[in-house]
Amino acid sequence: MLIHLNGEPLRLDAPCTLAALLAQTGLAGRRVAIEVNGRIVPRGEHAGHALAEGDRIEVVHALGGG
Amino acid sequence: MTTPAPHDARREPAPTDDRLVIAGTAYRSRLLTGTGKFKDLDETRRATEAAGAEIVTVAIRRTNIGQNADEPNLLDVLPPDRYTILPNTAGCYTADDAVRTCRLARELLDGHRLVKLEVLGDPRTLYPHMPETLKAAEVLVAEGFEVMVYCSDDPILAKRLEEIGCVAVMPLAAPIGSGLGIQNKWSLLEIVENAKVPILVDAGVGTASDAAVAMELGCDGVLMNTAIAGARDPVRMAQAMRKAVEAGREAFLAGRIPRRRHASASSPTDGLFF
Repeated sequence: MLIHLNGEPLRLDAPCTLAALLAQTGLAGRRVAIEVNGRIVPRGEHAGHALAEGDRIEVVHALGGG
Repeated sequence: MTTPAPHDARREPAPTDDRLVIAGTAYRSRLLTGTGKFKDLDETRRATEAAGAEIVTVAIRRTNIGQNADEPNLLDVLPPDRYTILPNTAGCYTADDAVRTCRLARELLDGHRLVKLEVLGDPRTLYPHMPETLKAAEVLVAEGFEVMVYCSDDPILAKRLEEIGCVAVMPLAAPIGSGLGIQNKWSLLEIVENAKVPILVDAGVGTASDAAVAMELGCDGVLMNTAIAGARDPVRMAQAMRKAVEAGREAFLAGRIPRRRHASASSPTDGLFF
């Protein structure tokens, strides 16, 4: 299954939830917000949200800015 | 009967109860600081503390995938339980991108409603794109956000943003990062005098006297980033800015003397013996 994570293509071998993807990419437990195909998936729904072929996922966080 | 103790000039003045109220929350500090352009997170923290800032802006950006999980995070250094985090929409050139950024910020910060809206017009001037700013402000206010809005120093547009329901209006003093200081005192004064919400100067401050002038004009606060982060000694400049904002505020509240063309002697002119 091919998805796009923060603009980069990523191939996943097996069906995967959003929470599993975060764990796989070292982002589990970090303060992030996530959009899948332009819609926000609230933190409480990451574990139950199954990813689908072609999903475009944006993972954002806060950093220094004025 | 006791005689009151003589005033001790060495004592610090009694703290006043002068507070900056934004969206119903009272703040002691009228200096808001950005967190960009610092050398590292430790400098960010030290400068923020030296500024005495209670409200700090942050940007919302993509995470680096595969980053070290132990890497310190901005919000570990400036924890949301100690600071009011003000996510910005810096880098947005359309109302849609700005609204999208605010929604993500709300999710990121657990339902947080206070945001700094900025929609830019072009990369050369970083001037606010006012038609898109007005459009985004309307959507965000309707969605329950508390919007502090970066805008041009146009009194009519500033009033319009207040009417839309923004909780603070933040005209620029000069272009972002330019350090040119206040370029149009008279339009700032016009905005301040007509406002029912706090007016903060956002962008363009170069040094402490610029911040003091903004406060002396009656602005409710100043938001700055580059003037501190870009100084040779950012922590010391942060402290200078804190003092300047406090001094400017005190001077505004005290009421300055009118300007006059000719001298007025400070010592009595009676009782001269020569």
